[in-house]
Formats: sequence, structure tokens, C-alpha cells
Amino acid sequence: MSNNYDQISRSARARRTAVRTITYVLLTFWALMVLFPYYWMLLTSVKGYGTYNAEYVPAFFTLTPTLENYVSAFSEVPLARYFLNTVVFTVVTTGLMMVVIVPAAFAFARLEFKGRDLVFSLFLALMMIPNELVIITNYQTITGWGLRNSFPGLILPSVTSVFYIYLLRENFAQIPDELYSAAKVDGTSDFKYLTRVMMPICRPTIITIVILKVIECWNSYVWPRLVTDDPAFFLVSGGIQEIRENGFGRENIPAMMAAVVVISVPLIALFLIFRNKVMAGVSRGGIKG
Amino acid sequence: MKVVLQNLTKVFPSRDKKSKDDVIAVNDFNFEIPDGKLIGLLGPSGCGKSTALNLISGLLRPTSGKVFFGDDDVTDLPPENRGVGLVFQSYALYPHLTVRQNIMFPLQNLKGTARLSREEIDRRVLEAAKLVQIEGLMERKPGEMSGGQQQRVAIARAVVKMPRVLLLDEPLSNLDARLRLQTREEIRRIQRDTGITTVFVTHDQEEAMSISDMIVVMKDGVVHQIGKPQQVYDDPVNLFVSKFLGTPPINVFEGRVKGGALFIGDERVLDVPGAPDGPVWAGIRPEGFIPQADGPFTCALSGVEVMGRDVSVVCRHPACASAQIRAIVSSEIRLPEGATSVRFSLKPHKVFLFERDGEARIRLAGAKG
Amino acid sequence: MNKENNLKGWLYLLPALLFLGFFMVYPLVDVFVYSFEEGYNSASQTFFGVGLYNYAYVLHDPYFLQALKNTFILVIITVPLSTVIALVISVGLNSIAPLKKLYQTVYFLPYVTNTLAVGLVFMILFKKTAYTDGLANLVLAWFGRGPVDFIDGPYWAKMFVLCFYTIWVVLPFKILILTSALAGVNQDYYNAAKVDGTSAWRIFYKITLPMISPMIFYLVITGFIGAFKAYSDAVALFGTNLNAAEMNTIVGYVYDMLYGDSGGYPSYASAAAIILFAVVFTITMINLSISKKNVHY
Repeated sequence: MSNNYDQISRSARARRTAVRTITYVLLTFWALMVLFPYYWMLLTSVKGYGTYNAEYVPAFFTLTPTLENYVSAFSEVPLARYFLNTVVFTVVTTGLMMVVIVPAAFAFARLEFKGRDLVFSLFLALMMIPNELVIITNYQTITGWGLRNSFPGLILPSVTSVFYIYLLRENFAQIPDELYSAAKVDGTSDFKYLTRVMMPICRPTIITIVILKVIECWNSYVWPRLVTDDPAFFLVSGGIQEIRENGFGRENIPAMMAAVVVISVPLIALFLIFRNKVMAGVSRGGIKG
Repeated sequence: MKVVLQNLTKVFPSRDKKSKDDVIAVNDFNFEIPDGKLIGLLGPSGCGKSTALNLISGLLRPTSGKVFFGDDDVTDLPPENRGVGLVFQSYALYPHLTVRQNIMFPLQNLKGTARLSREEIDRRVLEAAKLVQIEGLMERKPGEMSGGQQQRVAIARAVVKMPRVLLLDEPLSNLDARLRLQTREEIRRIQRDTGITTVFVTHDQEEAMSISDMIVVMKDGVVHQIGKPQQVYDDPVNLFVSKFLGTPPINVFEGRVKGGALFIGDERVLDVPGAPDGPVWAGIRPEGFIPQADGPFTCALSGVEVMGRDVSVVCRHPACASAQIRAIVSSEIRLPEGATSVRFSLKPHKVFLFERDGEARIRLAGAKG
Repeated sequence: MNKENNLKGWLYLLPALLFLGFFMVYPLVDVFVYSFEEGYNSASQTFFGVGLYNYAYVLHDPYFLQALKNTFILVIITVPLSTVIALVISVGLNSIAPLKKLYQTVYFLPYVTNTLAVGLVFMILFKKTAYTDGLANLVLAWFGRGPVDFIDGPYWAKMFVLCFYTIWVVLPFKILILTSALAGVNQDYYNAAKVDGTSAWRIFYKITLPMISPMIFYLVITGFIGAFKAYSDAVALFGTNLNAAEMNTIVGYVYDMLYGDSGGYPSYASAAAIILFAVVFTITMINLSISKKNVHY
């Protein structure tokens, strides 16, 4: 009997080890799949133009790294300009959005006025409308207003998001009514209550929304591509397409990679710094276009 | 099936990486659970009793020491091969399965020669359901049932596979007071009916005392006392055990032994033959007080609470470790109207002396135990 | 007092209402109007008549049919595959303790990287040029297969890269959602099952899956919606002229109709967008009704 038990114990242990090993092999495999393009991007960006083109069979490392591609990325194409445009676009759009959605969420969650519930249900219905459906008219509108190739044209249609208003309202609504009553008794105005009480309490949600919006802005491609054809107003995404099709001459791939590295670094750095906030935010927000 | 724990120790590495203080959840356990008995593992929260239970179930592996079921060493055996039934504090009923499917679940896991026919499974499920009296609710989901009903399903699921040992982890803590009383009787009945060796973890001493054949009192990973409930109550080995058992709790005084007598304050309250001179903790059970006009022990009277059969006399004394002293006396005794103090004599076998340092019991000459 | 409150409420809402009115509600109405206006001319803003011609045109346009086919293939391949892979990885992640954070961080990277940027890297990895066969072909050569141009070559090769890249891009989100769903399952269920001798496969199938089924369905539904709207991944790999590459998607078709060399036809674009919306809406409804039947609580 006890021999039998020894055997069971041993085989259970062996099975556990096997399962663990397979798990790690699998996870490592996919981690490499994810990391490889980044590695290749970095590697190619430090290969010289001549070295790269001489490799019929691509080499997995280089012994003569060079930074010349980074120099040409900034000098031969207006990479700095794309960068600056994207930063302006991201900051202004996100800032403007907060100014618009915070009061709206506050009104829905806290204020009582005629027609509130009706408007809120209409808002919820709007959440189901895909961007693709309204972008056509927006394009016509912005063109009609003569705002193509301008920051207002880029920013204005990207400002509001029904989903973020909804997310924030839900969070505001969780704050107990007693707090509002207490503030009212102390003579706090609605606006002060919003900025001094509600926003600090809901800081995690607000940070979440900012993070999501920044990622969205940094990566946005479709709308900027529609309303800009002047490279002076390109964002990084459009910049990459431009570089790919017209920059450097078609075959200077190391220089392209240098540009791509430069474009990818800021958001990745931001992510690595605020790792927990970003991941919590994305999983709370639970959306992806 | 008798269960034996031998030098059983479980150490959890410290969660805080900087400090090296490992947590010893279970420290050198040595005891034997006799076949077919119900034992209560009793202690304050965080004392390691759930850890001990999980060492028996196999969900945790001991740092050192051994666990035997009967004569078999099961220390390294994974939980599925031990044949234990486990009832969780949260019940852990699968919310997406009906009561029938929940109870059936362990039986469907059986493979090879142990595999059961459909009819056999149905029969055993029904038997288990009848045992806990939920046979009328078989098609419900756990979410549609009361806490008490869920508890019964959890027990049925644990006993349906006829475990060698049944383990219950705080099974009553999520029930309201009335249901708790009812369910603990139920657990006792089921245990008697099935004769399965059962370990019951709780922090509620009354619960443990009322249904256990034997209780194990533990604190900070250390077993303090093992015995029949009444025996542990009547003869605690240290101050902690005496304080942990009994409602209302024991009254503890700073006392002094001089010349074979116990002094509390300046009063010589009781003869304690054989006790060495020196400061002591004196624990007096609430039922150890006898109001007596010429009694040796004087307390300031705070009030009298009549609770039907008994009367609880609430008083104060400067030497008492807590703010209030509670004495339970017979309702036939009347205290004079408007009295501000009350005098007691003490029942010797309801008074325990403990060392001031170390808090171990001081045995008296000629006393039993 | 009451009146003042009413006014205040609307005042707080006003900016949001303005933006949404201009850029969402009005366009929503307008897109239907466009889709029925036949022969609309952007420059003169005139049209011949009202009818279903735009829809008929789009549905007969070989480019649209190509885009429709591409989109459906992409959806059918990537949605189930990415969900299953994400599930496998999440279960693996959930079962380990050391290095878990590192893996999670790595897996999340594509979410915060510009799709077009990495798309360019993928193009280089898969492209066969006069100077090099590319890395993908190097790997193929190890298995004695050989060289295929995945970017300008045969249809199946291009579709393979598109699907591969799409899965690569959507996985971070799915892994994140599934790992947090798995972590949310009460450990007691697993302990209970373990004590009862449940095999690992049965635990997964009978406990884990049902417990996280709401999240899986959520991912499938949003996955369908996202995959139907695929566009920038294709641009990243094959450039802006997707029609020429036979790799256009429905959304790509909409934009091409609107803008660029083939653009200037907002009516056709509107009709195509509405067809897309109808398809997505129908599929979502079907998904929802299936999930209602299968999600248990």
C-alpha cells in the first residue's frame, strides 16, 4: 500500500514538473514572437546602408553598429516635425476632451434637470455607432469649412467620446449622495464640488481615460490621413507612410527603421514607466477599436 | 480512518521581501484524530487552523513533518489521491451547475476501475441529497438558494464520494445566528450517521464545544491544549485557553499567593494549598462566584442583568484585568436593594491560577487533573 | 430654483452636445442621406435623384466584392484563432508565479506601439526583394520551402501575413482581459475540484471556461466588430494602394471612395459604410443571442 502511495506521489511530482516546463516553453516562445519585430527594428536601424544591402541572407546581429541612420532620420525627412505635430495633436485633443466630458459626466451623474434621462439614453445609443459611419460627413464638413491641413481640422472631430463620458459618469455616480449633501450644507458650489471632491475621488478613472486617449491619439491614422495631404501637418502614422513611399529613396530600409524606432520609443517608455496604470486602465476601459 | 499529524510544520516565506521574518503558520503539530470522531480545530483568526486543515487535505505541502491516514503516509500524496472531502467557508459551489450537477461532480471524476455507472451515480447523489435534506432542490442553481441551503449542498458534495476524512473550513461563518445553530446540529447528525472522521475549523468556541468529540485549541501556530470540550473548559493548561473558552469569558485578576492563600487586592479570597508564593493571574469562571453576605471577596456593584434562568451580576474591581466582572448566579439569590458593593465566596474548582510570566497553569496540591 | 437647475444642467452638457451634434448626430443622419442621393457631385453639391443606385453600384463593384471577401476571410481566421491563442497564453500565465510580470509586460507591448510602425517591420521581415529574400523566407528555407514574396506575391501569402499581423496586434488586449478574468475566479473552486480529483483538462473545461465565459463572449463580440473594421493593419503591410494589392478591406474601400486618387464619391462611400454597419450589426446580434444561451450567470 505504502509503495503504491510513493509511486503516486512521484508520478504526480513528475507531471507537475512536465506541465510547468511546457508552460514556460510556450510562454517564452510567444514572448520571443512579440519581441522579435522590436529586435529586428533596432538591429536594422543600426546597420549601415551598405552593410544592410550587402546581406542577401539577413544577419541576426551586427558587429559594426552605426548611428548614421538616426542622423538621416532627423535630417532627410521632417521626422521632428511629425513628432511635434503628434505631440500637439495628442495634448490638445486630450485636454479639450477632458474639458468637454467632465462637465457632461457630472451633469448626468449629479445634477437633476428636465430631460436628463432621455438625453442620457440617446447618448448610450450613440455608443453603438461606429466611427466609420460618421467619418464621411465629417470629412465633407471639415473640407467645407476649409479646415483641411490644419490643427482644428485634425482635432475637432476627435474631441468627444461617448464612451468616456459613460465611463466617467458611472464612476461619478458611485460617490455617495451624502457627500454631495454635506458639501451643499457647507455652501460648496456645484463647480467646486466637482473639482474639489468628485475629480480627486475619481482620479484613477480620469487617469485611465487620459491614458487611453493618449494611446489612441498617438496611433491615430485614418482621420489624419483623410484631412491632411500636406506633410507639414502629418502625424507620426502618416509620417511613416510618407517615409515608406517617398522618403529616403525606397530602399533605404535602415533609415526607415531608425525613424520607426524613434516614433515607437515615447509610447513604449511611457508604458514601461506607468505599466500598472496603463494595464489596469486598458482592462477597466475594456475597449479597442 | 484515523489521522495522525507528526511534527507537522508549515512555514510561509515572508511576503515582504526586505524582512526575513518567515511566518510559521503551523508549528510542530503532534496529535492523533481517532477514527470516526468529530474534532474541532479552534483558535482566533490567523492562528493557522486553516493552514493545518489544508495540510491534511493536501492542498498545502508541509515544510517538515508527516501526515498519516491510518497507517499510510500521505504526506507527499496530492489531494486527489487522499480521498478527503472538503467544505469551504465560501462553499465554492460551481455557480453554473445545478445542485445535482454540483453533487455529481466528484463522482464523475472517478476513472478506471473506480468508475461508476450512471445508475450508481444517480443513486449516490440522491442518497447524499437526502442525507442533507435537499432532495427537493436538485435542479436549482446555487445562486437561487439561501446560504443554509448552499451549505447543505456543499456538505453533500463533500460526502458523496464517501471520503475517508471530511474537512470543514469555518463552514458556519457565513450563516446568520439562527441558521448557524440549526446547521451545526445538522453537521453533528450527518457526522454520526456517516461515521466519517471529521475535522471542523472554527474561531467560535461555543460552536466547537457544542458539537466536537474533541477540541484542539491553538494560537499562533502552536497547539495549546487537546481534549474533550468539557475537560478543556474545566482544566485549562494556560491563561489563553482559559480565556478563549466560555461565554461570558473568564474573569482575570492580578493576584498574589502568600502562605498558601490567594490574595486579590488586600483580601484573602481563597485557600490555594501548594501554590508557591508570588504574583499570579487568577482566573475565575463567571459561575464560580457565590454571593454571600460574609464572603471574603468584595466588588463594587455596577448592575444586575436578569436573563431568565440566570442572573448576571456585573461588578468592578481595581485588580481585574478587564473593566467589568461578570458573575452568573442563580436567580433565586436576591441582592439587597440599593447596594453599592457585593461580597462573594468562590468555588475552588472554578478558580485557576496562572504564572504571571509565561501564563502557564499553577497546579494545586490535591486538586484533580 | 428648479428653472435655474435645469439651465445649469444643460449648461454643463452644452460643450458635449455641440461636439456630438456636429460630429456625430448630424453625420449619422447625413450618411443615410448621402447614400440615397444618386450622382452626387462634391464640387457642385448637386445630385440627379434619389434611390438605391449607390448600393447597387457598390455591390457590383469588383473592388468592393474583393474587399468584402478579404474582410470575411480575415474575420473568420483571426477572431477564433486569436481568442484561442490568448486563452492558452492566459491560462499559462495564470499558472506561473516567477517571471509572470515580465511576460505580461512583454505581451502587452504591441498594444502601445504604433500599428503602422511595426507593420513596416513586418513588411521588411516578409518582403522578398532583389537584394534579399527576407527573414521569413530564410526560415522557410530551413524547412526546404521556398522563397515566397509575402508582400507582393500570391494572394494566400499576403492573406497569411495580414492574418498573422492582425493576431499579433489584437492579442495584447485579449490576453490582458483574459488574465484578469482568470485571476478573478475564486481559488476555492480550483481547490474544491483538486480535492475531488478532477483532471486538469476537466477543471479547465468544466470550471474555468464556464466561469470566464462572459469575458470570452465579450472578446469574441468585440473581436468580430474590430476585425470587420480592419484597415490600418493592411495599410501598414501593403501600403495605401490596397486595391492594387488585392488586399483592401471594407473600411479601406470606404476611404478610397472618399479620398485620394480614386476618391470624390461620398455617396458610394456612404452606401458601403452602411452595408458594413448592417453586416456588423447583424453578426453582433447573432453573437449576443448565442451568448445569452451559453453564458450561465
